[in-house]
Amino acid sequence: MTVTDVLVCALGAVSLGAAIRVVTTNQIVRAGLWLVVALGALAGVYLVLTAELLAWVQVLIYVGAVVVLMLFAVMLTRAPIGRSDDLDRPRLPAILVGGGAGLGLAAVLADAYRWSYIGLSGVEPGNAEALGREVFTGWALPFEVLSVLLLAALVGAIAISRPEVGERREES
Amino acid sequence: MHPVIPYVLAALLFGTGVYGVTVRRNAVLLLMSVELMLGAVNLVLVTADVTLKQHVGQAFALFVIVIAAAEVGLGLAIVLQLFRLRRSIVTDEVGAEREPVAVSEDA
Repeated sequence: MTVTDVLVCALGAVSLGAAIRVVTTNQIVRAGLWLVVALGALAGVYLVLTAELLAWVQVLIYVGAVVVLMLFAVMLTRAPIGRSDDLDRPRLPAILVGGGAGLGLAAVLADAYRWSYIGLSGVEPGNAEALGREVFTGWALPFEVLSVLLLAALVGAIAISRPEVGERREES
Repeated sequence: MHPVIPYVLAALLFGTGVYGVTVRRNAVLLLMSVELMLGAVNLVLVTADVTLKQHVGQAFALFVIVIAAAEVGLGLAIVLQLFRLRRSIVTDEVGAEREPVAVSEDA
C-alpha cells in the first residue's frame, strides 16, 4: 500500500458512503447535499490519480452547476422538505440488480488486474496543457460536435420549459 | 499505485447508481443516481489513463462531463414540464394511462 493507495481508499470510502446515502436517504434535499460530498470526494480521487484539470472541472460543473440545478428542481417541484416515505419502490429487486451489477463488475475488474502495481513516477499530470493538446490534436471534431450538442440541449430545454407548450396543444 | 482499488471503487459506485435508478420513484432523485453512474464511468476512464500513461481517457471523461451537464439540463426541463402537467414527478405514474386530455383540463 503506497500513499496513493491510502488516499484513494480514504476518498473512495467517503465517496461510496455518500453515494449510498444519496440512494437511501428519505429526504430529497439531503440527497442533493450528499451528492455534493460524493462527487467532491470523487474529484479528490481524480486529483490523486493525476487528473488535475478533470478534478477542477468536476468541482465546477458537478458541484457548482449540476447540484444547484438539482436543488432548484427540488424547490420548483414543491418536494416535501422533511421526511417522505414514498420515495422508494420495493427494495429487494433493486438490491439484487444494483448489487449484482456492482459486485459483478468489481469481480471482473479485480480478476483482470489482480494486485498489479503501476508506478506513478512516469505519468505526465493531466493538467490543462496536456489535455488541451490531447483534445485539439486528436479529438477536435468530437469537441466541436459536443459544442453543437450542448447548444441543442440548451435550446431544447428552453423550448420544453415554455409555459405555453401544454396549452397550445389544447387549442389545436 | 494498485489500479484495482479505483477500478473496484468505480464498480461499486456504478452499482450504487444502478440501485438508485431502480429503487427511486422521484424523477429528480433518479437523475442524481444517473450522475453517480456517470461519475463511476469517468473514474474508470481516468484510471485507465494512469495505467496506460496517456491522456485520451481524460479527454473522454471531459466529454462525458459535458454530456452529463446537457443531460441534466434537458432532464430537469422535462421533469419541470411533467410537474406542470401532472402535479407529480413520481415515475410510476408516467405514461401508463396515456390520457393527456384529462391532464390539460386542470391546466
